[in-house]
Amino acid sequence: MLSRTADNLFWMCRYIERAENTARMLDVNLQMSLMPQDAATRDGLWRAVLHISELQHGYDARYPAVTPLDVLHYMVREPANPSSIYACLRAARENARAVRGSLTTEVWETYNATWLELQRHLQDQLPERSPGKFFEWVKFRAHLARGVTIGTMLEDEALHFLRLGMHLERADNTARLLDVKFHEADVDTAARASEFYRWAALLSSVSGLEIYRKVYRDVITPDRVAELLILRPDMPRSLLASVQALTGDLERVSNQRSAETERRAGLLHAELRYGRVEDILRGGLHRYLERFLDRINDLGNRISQDFLVPLAA
Amino acid sequence: MQHPQPAPIAAYDEMLDARGEVRPHYQAFSQWLSQQSADAMAARQIEADLSFRRVGITFSVAGDEAGTERLIPFDLIPRIIPADEWQRLDAGLKQRVRALNMFIHDIYHGHDIVRAGVVPAEQVFLNAQYRPEMQDVDVAEDIYCHIAGVDIVRAGAGEFYVLEDNLRVPSGVSYMLENRKMSMRLMSEAFGRVNVRPVAHYPDLLLDNLREVAPRSTDDPTVVVLTPGMYNSAYFEHAFLAQQMGVELVEGQDLFVEQNNVYMRTTRGPRRVDVIYRRVDDDFLDPLSFRADSALGVPGLLSVYRAGRVTLANAIGTGIADDKSTYQYVPDMIRFYLQEEPILANVPTWRCSRPDELSHVLAHMHELVVKEVHGAGGYGMLVGPSSTRAQVEAFKERVRSRPANYIAQPTLALSTVPTYVESGVAPRHVDLRPYVLCGKEIRTVPGGLCRVALIEGSLVVNSSQGGGTKDTWVLGD
Repeated sequence: MLSRTADNLFWMCRYIERAENTARMLDVNLQMSLMPQDAATRDGLWRAVLHISELQHGYDARYPAVTPLDVLHYMVREPANPSSIYACLRAARENARAVRGSLTTEVWETYNATWLELQRHLQDQLPERSPGKFFEWVKFRAHLARGVTIGTMLEDEALHFLRLGMHLERADNTARLLDVKFHEADVDTAARASEFYRWAALLSSVSGLEIYRKVYRDVITPDRVAELLILRPDMPRSLLASVQALTGDLERVSNQRSAETERRAGLLHAELRYGRVEDILRGGLHRYLERFLDRINDLGNRISQDFLVPLAA
Repeated sequence: MQHPQPAPIAAYDEMLDARGEVRPHYQAFSQWLSQQSADAMAARQIEADLSFRRVGITFSVAGDEAGTERLIPFDLIPRIIPADEWQRLDAGLKQRVRALNMFIHDIYHGHDIVRAGVVPAEQVFLNAQYRPEMQDVDVAEDIYCHIAGVDIVRAGAGEFYVLEDNLRVPSGVSYMLENRKMSMRLMSEAFGRVNVRPVAHYPDLLLDNLREVAPRSTDDPTVVVLTPGMYNSAYFEHAFLAQQMGVELVEGQDLFVEQNNVYMRTTRGPRRVDVIYRRVDDDFLDPLSFRADSALGVPGLLSVYRAGRVTLANAIGTGIADDKSTYQYVPDMIRFYLQEEPILANVPTWRCSRPDELSHVLAHMHELVVKEVHGAGGYGMLVGPSSTRAQVEAFKERVRSRPANYIAQPTLALSTVPTYVESGVAPRHVDLRPYVLCGKEIRTVPGGLCRVALIEGSLVVNSSQGGGTKDTWVLGD
């Protein structure tokens, strides 16, 4: 497969995954902000959204203060914000368009129709009128994109690069989400009553609340939330599940240059697979996640170098 | 539905005869159409537009805001061609393309036709489209125009004329295929009543054709489609053809030359390329040989090509044969190379480079169509009868200042087909571009791209000038 094609496929999937994660995060925040709380807590929630995606500077350059409406606007509509739903769905579609010959008609049409519908929703002010409905729509378009991909694509290199992009982005996004919510818990001294809602919201944002109940059948505690989202292999958005899938995809596309990348992915996988949540928490979750994000970032760069960036002859 | 009215000007109506009766080959369709309510047809039209947009069959318009994608309007009423008419067209097309291909080979080898005095030397060697780099270069199977799109119009009492030959990178074939898919989906019952010959195997023929001209003897030559990229107006078609043939769609940056071979960069390392179906103009193919500022091409490609180690389809330098000033020699080429009489006629053409013909053109410009010799896409032309006095005068100045740059033809009353317009159904002028594939044999699919001028009275069918398309139904015996 052409390196450029693999690159477009990889990014196409990353962007739709990112759009979905942005929608999940905003949705949960919106629900959290309906809870009784003081203004400082509420502002903190919205600042956290920017913090997760490292977007504070871009935001501050455009808006005088952190307000729910402005953050929503920035994260939904702003073309210059690479994590905004608008920018992600546009980039996903542009990447798809560049390789439409390597996609099945259904996959291409899904990405194209998503982009066209988004423009209509934005014009109709759907995110402002009915944000919950809009985020639900984004999530379901991402579900559809994945389903159509798995349901119609030949299981060959193209699919492997698509999945590489998806799993890399997902590992990154889950780690960021966890980091920010735990960080909040450290600084926030508010009543413990709000604790339940914090962890419930974090779990919902990764569709994990029902799974938590099913797995633990007990009250929600931070260390179990961390365990579920980091170490459970059967939790679809956990770090282990994402890295495990990533490692498998890497093995399938392996070439003469990729041995070191595979080794690093395998090492990360083994650490997650045999890791214990007590050890992780003892060393500090924030430090752990920061290191994890660095390693994911390193894997992304290495994948680009080994497979995607056109190589000189 | 509203009953179609015959065309007001003396144009040949493909559906209705002079008395307003439906012609025999349109009867089955017309009967079906008369049973459809206006609402049902309007709903089909809306569905067609929606699904073209969803599939992304769009093009970008030159000079328009970057990234704007537009639909080419699709009209439901097909152009129908009876079996005997197609047979003649088909024979005429193949004859013409065979002669054109021989002409290009001759021009880049022994120049027999020039030495015989049939085509003047200055017409060839002073032409900007003549590529000296191609002199004495042998191409696989002596084939230059692997894919030709020949524009055919019908005028007067129904005679066919060739309006122009497109031998460089003719486009539009994806619309032929998608239009058929659309009409089969939206009017499936009509296909039950009319015996329409299929066109969907075109990509298979094209792939066969390209594999036949691979430069080395290998069982499995690697074919790629070379596109300028996703912002090119015909990008949809490039991607579509690559996908339909199951070959890679590459950009210049994906290819490189090493040790006199062309390779593409893949996730598993370099892979050798044998045949490039290029949708990039000659000038942009190789920055080392042609335009140095081109980022679309592949440095060093020309030298590999000249060494016969990669095939380009179409060949470099075919422009010498489809240039509008060469056009008028085509009937003589057919006589010269094939010793046959041309089956399809040319439109009479005046060359402004000749003083006597120039004065005729200047005196009659308000009646004529005047075109730039190297123009394409409906740009840089004047349709005398539908232009204002001031426009005609201004154009005269342009022709006077560079006469050799222009040719003129009588304004043909192009034939019409009933078409959905705002006020109902009305006749609109059409042309037809069938595609001719030239490999070890010459092949066509029964049909082509039918373009329709949607503006009342307009004779310009180019999509860049507000034209639409129709499906073309060639009937079986």
